Amino acid sequence: MSSDARSLAASVRSGERSAVDVLEEHLSRIDEREGDVHAFNLVTAESARAEAADVDARVAAGEDPGPLAGVPVALKDNLCTDGVPTTCSSRILEGWCPPYDATVVTRLAAAGAVAVGKTNLDEFAMGSSTENSAFGPTRNPHDLTRVPGGSSGGSAAAVAAGFSAISLGSDTGGSIRQPAALCGVVGVKPTYGLVSRLGLVAFGSSLDQIGPFTTTVADAALVCEVIGGHDPGDSTSLPQAFPSVSDHLDDGVDGLRVGIITEMMGEGISPDVAARVRAAADALAAAGATVEEVSIPALTFGLSAYYLVAPAEASSNLARYDGVRYGNRVDAPTAGEMMEATRTAGFGDEVKRRIMLGTYALSAGYYDAFYGKALKVRTLIRNDFDAAYERFDALISPTSPTTAFAFGDKTADPLQMYLNDVCTIPTNLAGHPAMSLPFGVGDDGLPVGVQVLAPALGEVAMFRVASVLESSLASSGPVAS
Amino acid sequence: MDQSTPADDDAVITTADVAKVASLARLRLEPDELDRFTHQLADILGHAADIEALDLDDVEPMARPVPLENVLRADVPGPTFDRDAVLSQAPAAEDGQFRVPPVLGEAP
Repeated sequence: MSSDARSLAASVRSGERSAVDVLEEHLSRIDEREGDVHAFNLVTAESARAEAADVDARVAAGEDPGPLAGVPVALKDNLCTDGVPTTCSSRILEGWCPPYDATVVTRLAAAGAVAVGKTNLDEFAMGSSTENSAFGPTRNPHDLTRVPGGSSGGSAAAVAAGFSAISLGSDTGGSIRQPAALCGVVGVKPTYGLVSRLGLVAFGSSLDQIGPFTTTVADAALVCEVIGGHDPGDSTSLPQAFPSVSDHLDDGVDGLRVGIITEMMGEGISPDVAARVRAAADALAAAGATVEEVSIPALTFGLSAYYLVAPAEASSNLARYDGVRYGNRVDAPTAGEMMEATRTAGFGDEVKRRIMLGTYALSAGYYDAFYGKALKVRTLIRNDFDAAYERFDALISPTSPTTAFAFGDKTADPLQMYLNDVCTIPTNLAGHPAMSLPFGVGDDGLPVGVQVLAPALGEVAMFRVASVLESSLASSGPVAS
Repeated sequence: MDQSTPADDDAVITTADVAKVASLARLRLEPDELDRFTHQLADILGHAADIEALDLDDVEPMARPVPLENVLRADVPGPTFDRDAVLSQAPAAEDGQFRVPPVLGEAP
């Protein structure tokens, strides 16, 4: 396994290791295993070598390249990169090179990170397994016969396989946390508005949030602090810095109140996964937290509300892919026929399904019954969360109902695939933060993720809980496969 | 072909509905796709029956997590994208503009 980002950056900043050396170590791992894993749509080895050499030159000149000096980072391929293809794993954008960098990409570079490539995803981030990528699925580095989760499966697999020390994903209904759980790495979905969405190709604009994959909780805190904070280019960006979570990683959980979400521990949750969440609860109690079960009834409506709200927003956002301004075009005699031919050839089945579902939920006669009602359920979920957070500082649950499943298991039945997101979706509807961290393995020996949830801007409590869980797992001996 | 055949006896969406939304969304579906998508969308909407049954008359809708506020900036010119750089990524461009097939004279 690779070293964590903090250790790598420290060794580069001190001159102990060169950024070029760190990069070549990661590139050699890509050479060895990428053919099996397929984490990337594109590996940018040459530009990465130039970036790493620049970091080394700055160290040699006595400058500090930043807190992520020489740290290799992989970027989900729905983050715009100036002059570098950004496909969203869709045929319709194949070959498109954005004319600008996403804000998070600019901030990572300013912190000294070295971009090694663009990672695979379910087309336009719609899916839970990367099986919806137009360029073929990513495989789970722990077991190549299993999915890595999705939609940010490539970013999760890249960190799990040691291809990069950190990566970025986007999370609309669990697309960072679920693949983090299935690949045995840390994944964070920050509070809505804390990380700029400028340059993130839009899926569900009221739900989307960018966040990191890392191997340690401390690395996740650092990357959040680097990429977060106000951006005037995103009108939904909160006017504040990312909370200083790194300063509180050693605070412990003594006196914190932590709830176990009852609705996420019963039906549909694999017993071995639930057992790991109970073990996490025991570890927190042993560290001084007050741990109790808490019922949050409205969460049971989360899946239904999400699969109306997210497709509705997607159907509007994806209207822009019409063969006029970017991406591919299928020629036809008239503009209308060209647009239909382009969209029919360019989008995969899952994207078409969601566009049609969203168009239906927004259409005259059904708006009130579906979209309007889903927005009201969103309020119920937020209110029920608020009531729980009057009694608790943070909540825990499984991240995903099962460990990584096999390819093809759920592709024939979209609803079964959607049920994978049942534990992660409510967070996005509320706009709250949540993260997944590995906490042992299931009966099949594959990683289990525990989800830590917190109220809006409750990142400090969330990271304190995660940090204690990480330490307790380390002190109880290796459980990972 | 009977376009209004429901996917199931108690289906919430028919093939005619799906054909309509596909047309609105500028997607063309083959007959087998129409049947398959209708069944799948009916499954998903069937799952949403749990919220259809809720009495939510007194609940405010929540469209976004953060209240929407107008965002203003100083009225001074800033950097903009280079026109040629943007047009270079378009499927077709001419004379500094996006080029599209004829729009007028189409069937409605």
